[in-house]
Amino acid sequence: MKIIVPVKRVIDYNVKPRVKADGTGVDLANVKMSMNPFDEIAVEEAIRIKEAGKAEEIIAVSVGPAKAAETLRTALAMGADRAILIETDAEVEPLAVAKILKAIVGEENPGLVILGKQAIDDDSNQTGQMLAALLGRPQGTFANKIEIDGEQVVVTREVDGGLETVKLTLPAIVTTDLRLNEPRYASLPNIMKAKKKQLDTKSPADYGVDITPRLKTLKVSEPPVRSAGIKIADVDALVAKLKEMGVA
Amino acid sequence: MKTLVWVEHDNAVVKDATLAVVTAAAKLGEVHLLVAGSGCRAVADAAAQIAGVGKVHLADNAAYEHGLAENVAPLVAELMGHHDAFVVPATTTGKNIAPRVAALLDVMQISDILSVEGEKTFTRPIYAGNAIATVESSDAKLVITVRGTAFAKAEATGGSGTVEDVSGAGDAGLSAFVGAELAKSERPELTSAKIIVSGGRALKDSETFESIILPLADKLGAGVGASRAAVDAGYVPNDYQVGQTGKIVAPEVYIAVGISGAIQHLAGMKDSKTIIAINKDEDAPIFQVADIGLVADLFTAVPELTGKL
Repeated sequence: MKIIVPVKRVIDYNVKPRVKADGTGVDLANVKMSMNPFDEIAVEEAIRIKEAGKAEEIIAVSVGPAKAAETLRTALAMGADRAILIETDAEVEPLAVAKILKAIVGEENPGLVILGKQAIDDDSNQTGQMLAALLGRPQGTFANKIEIDGEQVVVTREVDGGLETVKLTLPAIVTTDLRLNEPRYASLPNIMKAKKKQLDTKSPADYGVDITPRLKTLKVSEPPVRSAGIKIADVDALVAKLKEMGVA
Repeated sequence: MKTLVWVEHDNAVVKDATLAVVTAAAKLGEVHLLVAGSGCRAVADAAAQIAGVGKVHLADNAAYEHGLAENVAPLVAELMGHHDAFVVPATTTGKNIAPRVAALLDVMQISDILSVEGEKTFTRPIYAGNAIATVESSDAKLVITVRGTAFAKAEATGGSGTVEDVSGAGDAGLSAFVGAELAKSERPELTSAKIIVSGGRALKDSETFESIILPLADKLGAGVGASRAAVDAGYVPNDYQVGQTGKIVAPEVYIAVGISGAIQHLAGMKDSKTIIAINKDEDAPIFQVADIGLVADLFTAVPELTGKL
């Protein structure tokens, strides 16, 4: 079985995003970029499935600018076998990404596609579900646990009320939640090896996908600012405050 | 515009999350509802009472019992033949189903809206709420998920909708529900609690979390939340997590105990009316958003607070 893992290059988890003064977006110039944290979890899970002898090949895919090749190299250093970069400087919406992925799935026929549940830049949480719909395949979203069981995959999902388990017929689409695993760090030898792994570069047009955005961003603004309030001296003062608010 | 609102329910009662979505949908036009489930006629009857609701579509079929997206999405896509917008709460159920519907309709979904600015224009948070984007859709139909804390709840009664049975294709044969481990708690649900007490990594372990946080929550009749760090460390289950990728809450009072205030956590609670922080590190970022800050050792301050309430 092959596993495809799409990865996205996004602003680093620890960087506080700043809105551009002209309101056209978030300033990403000279900002540290990394692999979307949920996608790291997806790569890790694919590697673990391969290590357990249930998959033969892991293909990392990224839709993005030339620099997204670095993100793919990270996936290769972690343990993916080869990579495909669909290079474009345009901002590609989840629906168009799902269409590109559908075309790649058509060529590669993976048993599983494992994606991060959301990217921490646009916070859309859509691509995996959209891909599953376009392929007419089942989806196990927000996965906390994945078990391959013959022709099926059992996915335990993080839901608002706790955990839910579903059984999906392979091939299937799975999206990762935080507790699925702890991604490994790539070792230096593996980083060196990754440089020699196959990385093909394509364009959205190669897959016949129109990436024209459906949503137009009219403006991007700062959220309302919450200013710091008061510091109180001790617990008695807090009790008094809570009584004042009528909650105690 | 004719909207179709996904009614969140457990086949017995309408979940509160539905009510804010009705308010958002009413800003777009006529509000029709979809109750998809199994043995859920009582839910449809109750949903018809929600103020401002027109038709309630009831799809009662064993295949819809657990809201499996593979089965439900085609049903919604068919109903969207005569609706203009599918409007869904941004719950784990809504987030699972809506994009599947959007792709079937070849529509780009608008996630987690905060406001309705025009017929096809909405605001939504990006970058963990560190920026707010105003977006306009060019699609013929809309698929929208709604952040519940951003809209007032519609009245649960006073409406006079009519229930109409609809049938869909049923089981798509792709997936099956195996089971669920749902937290059973007497405490208020996080997304509707008026007061929330949340604990962070500083709570050390699950026993300490329970012995420090729970008595205070019980005293206040509060819901209990946690930071990602506390959930990752195994102090509490995943459904406690407040933050960018967990639950978004906006209670009257949010008490953050031993939470440093990473941006991902702030994203989930900064719309709370009053934020109270208890932390021994006076430089913790949580104090930059807290209305009331107490710099103290939580292991003495919280039991003392619980005792004095």
